[in-house]
Amino acid sequence: MRNEQKQEVIRASGIAKSFGTTEALKEISFGVNEGEIFGFIGPDGAGKTTLFRILTTLLLPGKGSMTVLGRDVVREFRKLRGEIGYMPGRFSLYMDLTVGENLRFYASVFGTTIEENYDLIRDIYTHIEPFTNRLAGRLSGGMKQKLALSCALIHRPRLLVLDEPTTGVDAVSRTEFWEMLRQLREHRITVLVSTPYMDEAMRCDRVALLQEGRILAIDTPENIRQGYSRRLYSVRSAEKFRLITALRKFPETRTAWPFGEDVHVTFREEGRASGLENFLREVGITDARITEIRAGIEDCFLELMGGAHAGP
Amino acid sequence: MGKQAVITVRQLVKKFGAFTANDHLSFDVYEGEIFGFLGANGAGKTTAIRILSGLSQPTSGSVRVAGFDAAREPEKIKKNIGYMCQKFSLYEDLTVRENIMLYGGIYGMPKKVIRERCGELLDRLQFSAYGDRLIAGLPLGFRQKLAFSVAVLHQPRIVFLDEPTGGVDPVARRQFWELIYETAAAGITVFVTTHYMDEAEYCDRISIMSEGKIVAIGTPEELKSTWQAASVEEVFVKIARPQHVTI
Repeated sequence: MRNEQKQEVIRASGIAKSFGTTEALKEISFGVNEGEIFGFIGPDGAGKTTLFRILTTLLLPGKGSMTVLGRDVVREFRKLRGEIGYMPGRFSLYMDLTVGENLRFYASVFGTTIEENYDLIRDIYTHIEPFTNRLAGRLSGGMKQKLALSCALIHRPRLLVLDEPTTGVDAVSRTEFWEMLRQLREHRITVLVSTPYMDEAMRCDRVALLQEGRILAIDTPENIRQGYSRRLYSVRSAEKFRLITALRKFPETRTAWPFGEDVHVTFREEGRASGLENFLREVGITDARITEIRAGIEDCFLELMGGAHAGP
Repeated sequence: MGKQAVITVRQLVKKFGAFTANDHLSFDVYEGEIFGFLGANGAGKTTAIRILSGLSQPTSGSVRVAGFDAAREPEKIKKNIGYMCQKFSLYEDLTVRENIMLYGGIYGMPKKVIRERCGELLDRLQFSAYGDRLIAGLPLGFRQKLAFSVAVLHQPRIVFLDEPTGGVDPVARRQFWELIYETAAAGITVFVTTHYMDEAEYCDRISIMSEGKIVAIGTPEELKSTWQAASVEEVFVKIARPQHVTI
């Protein structure tokens, strides 16, 4: 799976950042390879935005060092800025400019023109081109996202940094957006993306799971799933709340977390799932379906957070 | 178990000029049910929710919520529902207790009752030590649980939640859903709108809107099997914008 001549485009060593007494980042280290889609997955407050702001030279690290595209983020910030495309969490569009004006403005800031790099954004921009003369403020969420991506790409950056690009965007637009990111690989653009949505991890080449300023794991999504060491079971019943309560009472239960229609359960000792069916029947839950399943990224995240308690 | 409808919508139409935002919607939501109301941006969800919560009038059709008619008795509806959105629900510069007192007061509850429920609520959430802390300094997961509890403080028949668990960590998210399950098990209907298809999987039943119409309704399991999809997200992508040409 691993490519031999991988070139690292980001190398972070012991990056820490505090705001007052809050430690937003606690000495984190990682590398990102050229041409990959690398995801930082974590909830609000995990440190994703702080990290991206350091990476894009908008914030000084408190400790540690980082090189991006071979340049030091502190000493060579000016040169670096021209080589990065950055899309902050709240799309940085001018709402009182039209779609076309926004794009032209971003091109001119980076000393280029739309025509020069149009091939790079064509696939994305064609979706919004019919609305060239509409004010950005009057676009839907999905269209704003596409315009913001076009603006971040118009100077042909080598690295694209996207801070929660899919937050607040509907599922159809999200799927399209990930498709666009994959197409950027053909242009050898490295993509760094953050998201609070665990399910989006599977769309990245590699991910770092971030929680309270620390990296819990860093690998391909598949390897992270394979690293889940316990046997995991899914239990389903029409009466979810009763089921959860009962699972928590079962003496062998180690963890029991609701997962959509199911409850995912681990046991203190492997193989103790066998007694569960009887236990549930005794407390009046007769429709329970128990199946062993493979852990998803969210199961891994819960486990890595220290999920060794049965829940609240 | 006889299912009693707390929301009954029949042939609901809402027009803005020539534009039809809600095009003959008909559906029921039952007591103690967790109902997910989904749709793409601009599908007409917000319009429908404004009508269901007594903030807007239907152009035609009948809408009954908590036993009251949306066209004639919107004020009564407002008193019998709760509402929580992710972005804003609590006043950051008030303490936990002040927020509870404020919302109780807005719903016209007697001070004595508010104080009692405030104590119960803080006990149940194990927040008693935080009663006099400002909201601003509290973790997101904590705030969400509190915001939800405040939204049901007046014991409404129905509580509306707008993207309730966006952004919180996986543990806090599950604690929040357990709170929702507990509330639903006690008979309060929970009406959830969300963009987050993962979140939809937690609902008992979901509906998907597209271009002003309901194009699918059922349990997550039913929808996944009907549309031969592995997830609600896949169902959504298949049907929410059928005319849409993908790249």
